[in-house]
Amino acid sequence: MPVFPAEFADLEPFAPWALRTEAERYAMRLSASMDELQAFYDAAFPRLEAILAYLDQFELPELPDDARHLLWLVYSLVNASFPVEVWRQPRVPDSGAASLDAVVEPAV
Amino acid sequence: MAHFAKPAEGSWTEHYPELGTGPVSYEDSISPEYYELERKAIFARTWLNVGRVEDLPRPGSYFTKELQAAGTSVVVVRGMDGEIRSFHNICRHRGNKLVWNDYPRQETAGVCRQFTCKYHGWRYDLQGACTFVQQESEFFHLDKADYGLVPVQCEVWEGFVFVNLDPNNTLSLEEYLGDLAAGLVGYPFGAMTQVFKYRATVGSNWKLFIDAFAEFYHAPVLHARQAVADESRKLQAVGYEALAYRIDGPHGMVSSWGGMAPPKDLDMVKPIERKLRSGLFGPWDRPAVEGLDHLPPGVNPARSPVWGVDSFVFFPNFMLLVWAPGWYLTYHYWPTSYNTHVFEGTLHFVPPRNATERVRQELAAVTFKEYALQDGNTLEATQMMLESRAVTAFPLNDQEILLRHLHKTARDCVERYQNDPSAPPFSVRVPAAS
Repeated sequence: MPVFPAEFADLEPFAPWALRTEAERYAMRLSASMDELQAFYDAAFPRLEAILAYLDQFELPELPDDARHLLWLVYSLVNASFPVEVWRQPRVPDSGAASLDAVVEPAV
Repeated sequence: MAHFAKPAEGSWTEHYPELGTGPVSYEDSISPEYYELERKAIFARTWLNVGRVEDLPRPGSYFTKELQAAGTSVVVVRGMDGEIRSFHNICRHRGNKLVWNDYPRQETAGVCRQFTCKYHGWRYDLQGACTFVQQESEFFHLDKADYGLVPVQCEVWEGFVFVNLDPNNTLSLEEYLGDLAAGLVGYPFGAMTQVFKYRATVGSNWKLFIDAFAEFYHAPVLHARQAVADESRKLQAVGYEALAYRIDGPHGMVSSWGGMAPPKDLDMVKPIERKLRSGLFGPWDRPAVEGLDHLPPGVNPARSPVWGVDSFVFFPNFMLLVWAPGWYLTYHYWPTSYNTHVFEGTLHFVPPRNATERVRQELAAVTFKEYALQDGNTLEATQMMLESRAVTAFPLNDQEILLRHLHKTARDCVERYQNDPSAPPFSVRVPAAS
């Protein structure tokens, strides 16, 4: 059962990144290896424009399920961009003891 | 090497001579005894921001706020008459916490028509009047009119809901917030209802995290890697200078430049920022809401064309950041002991019209978290070593003026309280230096 719209079938291998909450996405990022983060980034980043053009056809609150999964995948890409573009490691350097939890986030 | 003009005295700090220029002590941040004084002298007597009017959208909407530093919990509620009121969160019968769910120490929110105590079923209307006593005839000459909820002073400024736990307080919220807040009146805070809120337990005194966010001297160094390499080298070579600082009574603000939204040259920013047109300073394209074209006079007070963000420190524990691209951020620092506090950072945007706008906000929110994690962890390291007392006097430069001011304000409050516990925390409002 595909998670994303048919036009984005190439991203199906990264379906586990389509996570609803920031906490889940951040946990996924911390548990991933740099190779996994890089592979996800390399696959999703070049598709960003096409994804947003597709999603922008809908009113945000009325996104169909498959489109919403795609939006969650983009949120994960945003999160994963930090290890890939900046840190070269999954965690913010020197942030070992620090945590910052999202306690309110938008419904969509 | 000054890029932006300083006051005639030669520095921002000397413009406010009461601050001095000598090294400072952080004894106020490492002593359990001092913290106990701060609780009484500051948190039990000053206006504290506990939320926004949007948190109480309709009659009957309520939330509770744990104010551990002041040793209480309050409930804030919009009455059937639309007025917002606050009460100590305690039942008048046997002292049970009135409003809570599952865990008595956790905050809660909801909508109700009345408050009912879980213990013996006493009821209160939303204006605090006791309306029902279980088996009332068993009591001795009990008049319900004598057993209303204990009110807490509660006022609203530009949609921000504040409480003051001192029943003898005579300073209105507007007077307390003073000129810096007056200069923000009219900013479209009410249009920015899309909220991302983060919370952290931080292993440092509450003032030390305000210190971290009240200066940007650290930014080119601590956050160096968050800029692309060339840009980072440039930033570090130039260092940081603010556009302006303002101090008014217990409050202060710093106005900063911000060339990143959008950057002059797209190569200055990371690929994800380039692609999404967003970053630390928020989505680059300003939302179309009333009130952003002509900003109130207190925003960007230097009227600089390169203005990026204003950070207001409203004493004691509320920061408000107004960003050039049209959104705002709040910080709250809730002390839980002399060397711990709960930090809350809340981003407020105009609701997005489509997925692209929503994703731009996500990048701003995630970027905020990445920066805050860097800031947060240095605090525990600082607290630890300050507590060693191996060094007891620390120099502060001109770009750290707001730290000097914050600690002095806190110390002055404590001193005034020690001299006369019944005197108000701010005897006379210090007039703004022009």
